[in-house]
Amino acid sequence: MSDEKDPKTSPTPPEGDKAVEAKPAPKKEKPAAPPKLVMSASPHVHKGQDVTGIMRDVFWALVPAVLVGIWFFGLPALRVVAITVGGCLLFEWGYLKLLKRPGSITDFSAAVTGLLLAMNLPSTSPWWMCLVGAFVAIIIAKQIYGGLGYNPFNPALVARVLLLISFPVQMTTWAKPSSIIAFDAATGATPLGALKEYLSMGNTLPLPADQGASILQLVIGLRGGCLGEVSVAALLLGGIFLLWRGHIRWQIPVGFIGTVALVTGIAWLASPGSYASPLLHCLSGGLILGAFFMATDMVTTPVTRKGMLVFGIGCGLITAVIRLWGGYPEGVSFAILLMNAATPLIDRFTKPRVFGARKLYQEAKTA
Amino acid sequence: MRFKGGIHPKYNKSTAASSVEKMPLLGRYVVPISQHIGAPGEVIVKKGQEVGRGEPLTKAGGFVSAPVFAPTSGKVKAIKEFPHMMGNMQMAIEIIADGEDTCWEGVKPLGLWREQTPEDLKSAIAAAGLVGMGGATFPTHVKLSPPADKPIDTFILNGAECEPYLTSDHRVMVEQATEVMEGVGLMMRVLGVTKGYVGVEANKKDALEALRNACPKDLDIEFALLEVKYPQGSEKHLIYALTGKTVPAGGLPMEVGCLVQNVGTAVAALEAVEKGWSLIERVTTVTGSGINEPKNISARVGTPLQDVIAFCGGLTSAASKVIFGGPMMGFSQFSLDVSLIKGTSGILCLDADEVTQFTAGPCIRCGACVDVCPMGLVPSALGQYAERDRYAELGELCVNDCIECGSCAYVCPSHRPLVQLFKRGKAELRKLQQQAG
Repeated sequence: MSDEKDPKTSPTPPEGDKAVEAKPAPKKEKPAAPPKLVMSASPHVHKGQDVTGIMRDVFWALVPAVLVGIWFFGLPALRVVAITVGGCLLFEWGYLKLLKRPGSITDFSAAVTGLLLAMNLPSTSPWWMCLVGAFVAIIIAKQIYGGLGYNPFNPALVARVLLLISFPVQMTTWAKPSSIIAFDAATGATPLGALKEYLSMGNTLPLPADQGASILQLVIGLRGGCLGEVSVAALLLGGIFLLWRGHIRWQIPVGFIGTVALVTGIAWLASPGSYASPLLHCLSGGLILGAFFMATDMVTTPVTRKGMLVFGIGCGLITAVIRLWGGYPEGVSFAILLMNAATPLIDRFTKPRVFGARKLYQEAKTA
Repeated sequence: MRFKGGIHPKYNKSTAASSVEKMPLLGRYVVPISQHIGAPGEVIVKKGQEVGRGEPLTKAGGFVSAPVFAPTSGKVKAIKEFPHMMGNMQMAIEIIADGEDTCWEGVKPLGLWREQTPEDLKSAIAAAGLVGMGGATFPTHVKLSPPADKPIDTFILNGAECEPYLTSDHRVMVEQATEVMEGVGLMMRVLGVTKGYVGVEANKKDALEALRNACPKDLDIEFALLEVKYPQGSEKHLIYALTGKTVPAGGLPMEVGCLVQNVGTAVAALEAVEKGWSLIERVTTVTGSGINEPKNISARVGTPLQDVIAFCGGLTSAASKVIFGGPMMGFSQFSLDVSLIKGTSGILCLDADEVTQFTAGPCIRCGACVDVCPMGLVPSALGQYAERDRYAELGELCVNDCIECGSCAYVCPSHRPLVQLFKRGKAELRKLQQQAG
């Protein structure tokens, strides 16, 4: 039937086709042209989840906490969110275009970075500081390393820490939370800031009732602080959503918050007059935001479950040490960045056991 | 025992209840010489020669090799390169059928397996060209010849069929349960093994029941329903699931005294011994959105893919990918002129809307691949080393333990071609190690 056919004509590697064209190709006797077949390596099916989908979920998970921030801190907070998100998208787009790199701002990763950066800034941040932050996050902390997937440090946190060190006054000017309707330009301190100041003057706890915030205020977010970190309830909502969707693993938030609670709890039990309760520590500052959304950034954290637990515990330890004995009232950002630096090391020492391996990996002999 | 990792793809086993249909005799067959792992056979027929059904066309090219046979009686038309399902051109023997389908005079049944010596059984299996019919196509007689220092004490029948879409093993277990269990007994006799296991995934309860009912009284077999999880049918994971034993990394199942065989192979072994049939026919599933009439068929080895597709109502107008094997580990085809071989457990045809071609992105280190890798590897790191041609590091990260099951690539949100990277990495690493001597 089709035996006269030169077998070289049916496969379609490009070179093969050209080679055959040189001489008059024997006519095929096929009634219909064979369909064009797609060739690819296995597997031929996919779960269907992609990077954009994950980033979009993270974005939506952040939205409740941002909305609460805007509710309590008013239009200035909305302005900060708009500038950082817009700035991050703009810088990402410009960089990719200018350097003709693959990738797209539609993958939501820059939007997530922008949103996280806004959440880590006071609502009073001047517009130029927001822009500088966006530039640092996208260009310096992300794209210079090679873009999505290659940055060793959490971009939003690099930007936050750079701003905190460069512009300490602007970065610690907190608006008093009220509501978007009854906006009030008064400034106030964060609970942890008030705590540090109170203790540094040689006082003993508890704080007087007019300083700090009640547990209820901390949970709903009626307290001073960065615009996205204040509402524990809204953050937990987003965090649980991400856990449910499988985008974050429990090991990091549990390791992180658990360690902070443990260390501050031990200090508090030993000396309740000089250390605040673990409950206050867990509900205030950027701990919940950091533990669920920043320390769980996939790119900059370990890939193994065991490594994630180590990472979370490390973050918790550093945070607790800075809060209890350091110069800054808050240490979540520093803790996460320091642990980001340790991520390759953690990955190396927490490799899973290879199925059937009698011993763990042989140490790499580096020449 | 439950192994770590694994995935739950959509099973799509829509042909699970369709009885096997025998394909009618065709006018032309193309039998590739190499249908197994190991040395290709040596051609022993000449162009123009008349051959009978089941007549060997090649003789084994070494111990780890297997002959191929004439699928029907007819004349050898050509011995030349034809498209092969591995994606290249390979030597094959074209047979033009005479329509008589006369049996080769050399076909002689050995007799009832219980009355034969293990040695005779094994040579009959080798002569019949048996290979692992689950897809790996390792010559069966080699597997049945463990070295003296690695005695086998456990025989395992692999009825997991964990690849989505495929139902050929399922149908064989249901329709030929007696033959399967007799084949199990036969192979246990070859090995001198008394303890056997049959493992079937829980989505095929009817198959397990059929086998249990068909089990000869004198066999000590444990029947187990296995968790439905890919890759449950991987030898190492099946052994672990059934016996709790862990095959050492880099080792074969014989290291823990186990031997695993596919259900199709068991039937073929029985037919080789009691009927004298060589491996010229097998059951395969033709399925997927791209074929008009999905069904399980029994087809001669060497049947051109064109004819299989025509028998199943043809491809749909939107069909754009044809895969030999299942969707997780199968090989996509470049031509419909390839032939069905001994290891073809399924032919999966997919419509264009299921054949999304992705652009691979950078690894975002989400760790999904680490969670699902059944071998406990770190595919994300392996992929990055492979991409940068750093093969020594691949070796240190145990790339050779990868079973290429594709679970990592299945979950990768960046659509990274991890399996392809690892296959290439393994080949390059092998070259490096050979150079190093």
